[in-house]
Amino acid sequence: MDGTDDAARFPLPSEIADAPGAEDWRSMYPYFTRFQPEDDQRFWFYNSMHFPEPMPAFDTITAEVPYSAIGANTARVFVFPTTLGIEHRIVNGRVYITAIPVLDEAEIGRRAAIFGERASYYYENWDSLYEGWKVRMRALIDEIESVTVPSLPEFEDASVVFGSVGIAQNHYVRENFHKCIDLFSKMWHHHTEMLMLGYGAYVVFFQFCKQAWPEISDQTAARMVAGIDVIMYRPDDELRGLARLAVEAGVDDLFTEGCSPPVVLAALASRGEDGKRWLAAFEEAREPWFNVSTGDGFYHHHRSWADDLTVPFTALPRYVAQVRSGTLSARPTEELRAERERIASEYRSLLSSSEEQTAFDQMLGLCRRVFPFVEDHKFYCEHWFTSQFFGKIREFGALLARFGVLAEAEDVFQLHHTEVDQALSDVMLAWAAGGPPLGGVFWKPIVASRKKMLAAMKEWSPPPALGPVPTALNDPAVRMLWGVTQERIEAWLSPSSDEVRGFGASSGVVEGPARVLTDVNQIGEIRDGEILVCPVTAPSWAPVFGKIKAAVSDIGGSMSHAAIVAREYGMPAVVGTGDATKRIRTGQRIRVDGDRGTVQVIE
Amino acid sequence: MNGRFVRGLAEVGVADVAGVPGAAGVAGAAGAAGAAGAAGAVGAVGAVGAVGLGGGKAAGLGELIRAGIPVPPGYVVTALAFGQMLAAVDPSGSLVGSVASLDPGDLPAIGRVAAGIRSRIVSAAVPPEVAAQVAEAYEELGGPAAAVAVRSSATMEDSAGASFAGLQDTYLAVRGATEVLDAVRRCWASLYNDESVAYRRRLRLPEDGLAMGVVVQRMLRPRAAGVMFTRSPVTGDRSVVAIEGTWGLGSALVAGEVTPDSFTISKVTGEITGRRTGAKLSLHSFRPNEPGISASAMPLALRGRPCLTDDEARALAAVGRQVEEHYGVPQDIEWALLGDDPACPPMHGDAADRIRVLQSRPETVWAAREQAPLATPKLRASDHVLAWLEKPL
Repeated sequence: MDGTDDAARFPLPSEIADAPGAEDWRSMYPYFTRFQPEDDQRFWFYNSMHFPEPMPAFDTITAEVPYSAIGANTARVFVFPTTLGIEHRIVNGRVYITAIPVLDEAEIGRRAAIFGERASYYYENWDSLYEGWKVRMRALIDEIESVTVPSLPEFEDASVVFGSVGIAQNHYVRENFHKCIDLFSKMWHHHTEMLMLGYGAYVVFFQFCKQAWPEISDQTAARMVAGIDVIMYRPDDELRGLARLAVEAGVDDLFTEGCSPPVVLAALASRGEDGKRWLAAFEEAREPWFNVSTGDGFYHHHRSWADDLTVPFTALPRYVAQVRSGTLSARPTEELRAERERIASEYRSLLSSSEEQTAFDQMLGLCRRVFPFVEDHKFYCEHWFTSQFFGKIREFGALLARFGVLAEAEDVFQLHHTEVDQALSDVMLAWAAGGPPLGGVFWKPIVASRKKMLAAMKEWSPPPALGPVPTALNDPAVRMLWGVTQERIEAWLSPSSDEVRGFGASSGVVEGPARVLTDVNQIGEIRDGEILVCPVTAPSWAPVFGKIKAAVSDIGGSMSHAAIVAREYGMPAVVGTGDATKRIRTGQRIRVDGDRGTVQVIE
Repeated sequence: MNGRFVRGLAEVGVADVAGVPGAAGVAGAAGAAGAAGAAGAVGAVGAVGAVGLGGGKAAGLGELIRAGIPVPPGYVVTALAFGQMLAAVDPSGSLVGSVASLDPGDLPAIGRVAAGIRSRIVSAAVPPEVAAQVAEAYEELGGPAAAVAVRSSATMEDSAGASFAGLQDTYLAVRGATEVLDAVRRCWASLYNDESVAYRRRLRLPEDGLAMGVVVQRMLRPRAAGVMFTRSPVTGDRSVVAIEGTWGLGSALVAGEVTPDSFTISKVTGEITGRRTGAKLSLHSFRPNEPGISASAMPLALRGRPCLTDDEARALAAVGRQVEEHYGVPQDIEWALLGDDPACPPMHGDAADRIRVLQSRPETVWAAREQAPLATPKLRASDHVLAWLEKPL
């Protein structure tokens, strides 16, 4: 880089060198995700909030499909006046995005006329539309759950003949795989159908608060809006209930620290009526509440509680101990509700006129109307549906492995969904023809090389942004969803070496030893009084909040799970740091400042 | 002569501290008292109510006490006493009258006339009754050698329209009845500081009826002290209390000799939303056997350490809110926090019990700014969102 113009810009996309050891990364991703020469002229930022790791080929579907749905809803369905959609590019496995704003006044006016009519229909009928949304979403979940992966036995079942079905099951290999992809796409269309409007209402309220009380913290504004009966507390509540039942039924002795889920479940089966009672309750809680991802629903390896019982069975012994000692308390929902009202009414009373107060009431009211959706959609979409979706893809992977196309089921995630399509065609043909599929020699080396490249790309530190510094950030979505503001960009331009910066999500300052966990399955390692440093927290992490002093995450905003739970526990939290898990090591003493949104390594 | 020239702080006035007609009444009555005798003077004061009896600072402290806010113990040498003094040095009123005709631009003349009045006030004997009462009150306050702060309290200061901030004298760590009386006299004379006179001439404020009360309070030996605004001085945000403080006496901060520690605290949640530890290089304190305040280098260990714990900052903010609620408008408050030597760890126990308010005035900067309403109600709640999303950013 030379010349004075370079002073205030990020690296250009064309300047990014291939991560060493991953020179062939382009072969993993579709052509439409590649940076083009003209992309050097635009500002891009790394979407570390959703994609903190290099993308396995299949997982790019969690970028491709959501961006296809977001743009459709903002640009085409609701016709947002000032924004079209979001473009994404992949470099060295990382997803960079930029929004396409509408700048022409006349065009904004033309779009506004359509938007006003369409958006207000949703706002004014929000509650009933949300009820309808839940029905539609449940139907999609039922559909994805009912997708079958053909077993391709030696001989087709007799019913195909005597029922004159006329279609052999290798046909359904492709049809059902396509069904998974199509349902995933439909889920994301539903996801963004209401979310953009929901965030819009929140941002308007939030901006009013910032104008009226310039020093109000993000989390305090959020507290006036936050729901109390939020669905994502439910999985943790279910675990507490199971702990109570274990004590009540006298089977609590089985829940000891480090216990193995299959061993405990087997033991319960031999504990007579009491054991049965607990197992029945367990089964009931499991569906759907164990469909919580250990991540945010954007990577196949973020497994759910249902996939891996280690997480709930790490929490259960602790809850059981708390039941015994009488210290397991329910969430104080009444107090939380009263506190929320107190905060809102105190801020309201600081406004100087009844006009302002009425406007405040309107904005807060609208925000609270849309918020149940904003808070709860994640459980339906990213957790419940997505856990099932990845589960089905894994089953297709098992089929491919059985036919020798892949070494193991998990390898399916190293192929782009269009490549999985090809591999399945291979299997369909081979089953029909009676010969072996040809994919083994073709795909296995590709999978092996991609795994190596993923590991190599993990070592690459992606710049937070690429391209010229924008003179103005004119896209509401970028500010709404990713919190990319002028201040953020300034901070990116002058990174601080001894300080990790993120969003202050819950206030307070504490010091303590760090415990860096990259996987929720490690939660057993946490000791009382440690500060949790993790990539992302999802509802499945809830059990650890009773032990820790503060939380720091790579991903998340002030409405993220870690933020909400930390506020309830009254502990400092800094979220959305981007790379805290890389820069902090377990055992280091750190200071978390939840007011300023910083984490310092002290020693 | 048996007028009460000294009053308890809690006794002095609330209403219309800056009221010029009231002040004129006091001074007129006081002037008359010189000729007609003390009984008339007391009656006259009663007739005009508490207005101007102790001056602005005293009235403010009195009101704080009645609102249940802890202030350092003290008393007021009333405007009546000032009147007695003035009647003694300028029986005809011609000297004071000559000030009113001064040209605001003629600084040499202002300096000459003002200096003449000041020297008359500081050199003349204080009427014996007044001197006796001041000495008696001082002994009652803390014995024969207690350190006190002697502060001017003009009948026109601290009104929202005319800020006399810093134009009148304050004497810290004064000891002994004679010294106190001397400081009182200098406070009286400071009504005729060149700057004060020039200021009044510029604003064409009446000279007739001006008076000066003097507040005498026990000197605190605070662990930390400073100022607080019950709204953000930077953004005007009314939902926060902004505190600045330093170790020891607050005079180091007021004089600008330290970069103070600052805290911003939400009134609603009690959260500390901003904090900065200043480089506090200078420490103001007073010693048992020396008059006045001495400035020394801040001990290294204290420079980078915040002078308040979070609990103390929150307790201060709560007091600030209480004062603001009492007055109904945002306040600019001087505070002190009692406690051990700063070098010791913070005292345990309730921080709220150790807070003293030295002064409170209405905040004037933001109060003067007219604000258009931030938002007005719309037909439908969603119209707020539509309006925002239709605006190019």
